[in-house]
Amino acid sequence: MRKKDFDVIVVGAGPAGLAAGYVLAKAGVDVIIIERGKFPGSKNVMGGIFYREPMDDLIPDFYKEAPLERHIVEQRMWLMDDTSHFSFGIKTQKHNVEPYNCFSVFRAHFDKWFAKKVVEAGALLINETVVTEPIVEDGKVVGVRTDRPQGDLYADVVIAADGVQSFLAKSLGLRDKITPEKVAVGVKEVIGLSEDQINDRFGVKDASEGVTIEITGPFLKGMEGMAWIYTNKTSVSIGVGVIVKDIMEHHKNPNDLLEEIKAHPSIAPLIEGGDTKEYLAHLIPEGGYNSIPKMYTDGFMVAGDAAMLVDSVHREGSNLAIESGKLAARTYLEARQAGDFSERMLSRYQEKLEESFVLKDLKHYRNLPELLEEKRYLLTDYPQFIIDAMVELYTVDGTPKPEKFRKLKEELKSRFGYVNLAKDIFTIWRKMR
Amino acid sequence: MKKLRIEDKLYLIGYNVDHEYSHLGVSDPEVCKTCEKKQCTYVCPAVVYTWDEKEQKININYDACVECGTCRIACDYITWKYPRGGFGVAYKFG
Repeated sequence: MRKKDFDVIVVGAGPAGLAAGYVLAKAGVDVIIIERGKFPGSKNVMGGIFYREPMDDLIPDFYKEAPLERHIVEQRMWLMDDTSHFSFGIKTQKHNVEPYNCFSVFRAHFDKWFAKKVVEAGALLINETVVTEPIVEDGKVVGVRTDRPQGDLYADVVIAADGVQSFLAKSLGLRDKITPEKVAVGVKEVIGLSEDQINDRFGVKDASEGVTIEITGPFLKGMEGMAWIYTNKTSVSIGVGVIVKDIMEHHKNPNDLLEEIKAHPSIAPLIEGGDTKEYLAHLIPEGGYNSIPKMYTDGFMVAGDAAMLVDSVHREGSNLAIESGKLAARTYLEARQAGDFSERMLSRYQEKLEESFVLKDLKHYRNLPELLEEKRYLLTDYPQFIIDAMVELYTVDGTPKPEKFRKLKEELKSRFGYVNLAKDIFTIWRKMR
Repeated sequence: MKKLRIEDKLYLIGYNVDHEYSHLGVSDPEVCKTCEKKQCTYVCPAVVYTWDEKEQKININYDACVECGTCRIACDYITWKYPRGGFGVAYKFG
């Protein structure tokens, strides 16, 4: 019989790997999770907003116990240029009651806690170990090689939850090289402020309630990206993510861009007097549905960022990671029942993802990355028009209102042309339908 | 808020520096000499790469690396591996 150390090897203790490990350990599977950091979460970064639902399904009422920051009661969206921002959003008491919709979190805290739960459920967790390559025998993945002495480990199935770089899927030929238009570089600062400062500045009652602000528009000078401000208990997370190709072409250092955003007159007062606690950077897979690699082969499945499962429109990632980790684990359980770990059997993982919100959501926006790549002015010219129109309408300067509306209509016509406007509306409707 | 220099920001990050081994490199340093844009010098959020005009080479300050991997997406000549197990960046917040 073939050598076997574990039933399943999970590579990476982020949300995808931990979710897979939890489901497997609970089902009595002999599972090891290998993490390269000092502890789970020590290498992990997100914006970060964490959605409750997929996690609650795994560990009911986890939010009563897990280290979370604030539950989000208000989500704002800003279109911003160099001097102004146009704001809209939703604040609702429906998100201010248990079990809550989403939370601000710190991944170094949350993942560490989640990992503890997974270990309590019976999984083995090994930190400070890098998986260097998959071990392939007769065309099947049978284990992994690590950077530890005598570090080869064998199992029936390897679940690669090794993050956006995903060296394992790449080395197996499941995905191509990551190209600069498919990923964004995100940089973030955690800025310490007092509880009262945050409550006052963001208009919430106490340190349990939180606010998010997503910011896009002409301030990015035509680069495709998004800035954000999220409230934590005694700090705010402020960051910006921009497609790497745009950073390259615009000759823009990500940290310089973040400093410019921090100094913007709409943002500076929110963080004034703050004390930077940490600076972070990470890649975000933003290629969407069309960039998803093949997610399974003999004895092998890919989950989370490693499979490019990020919904950049709704800034969701960790929930897709958790769902995919769960589904990979459930696929393994079926395969074990059948005693078959072949590619054909593991293709059920793909089917499960297709049936879940993960691929349904990503498929819905599948044409968006290409659309925005092609029609970059959708991110600059239209937001600029909206900002200018709002400034004009709210400026009282003796011009009668009918005159103002007539000027705006002329402006719309001269900037875009009615035909182009209609075309753009049609294109967006068609691609997003 | 006072503008922070990148050096000051990196000082806030916890690292376990591997003094024996650099996980970053350039596969063909000759290419750097004729590389027009030298994108590694500005895409990196931690400014790990700087051009040494006198020595005509890219200096790599690998112990400041935050392991995002942007450099390896931007340039095919950068050899990028994970630091050895347990080494490298260790975030307090994440």
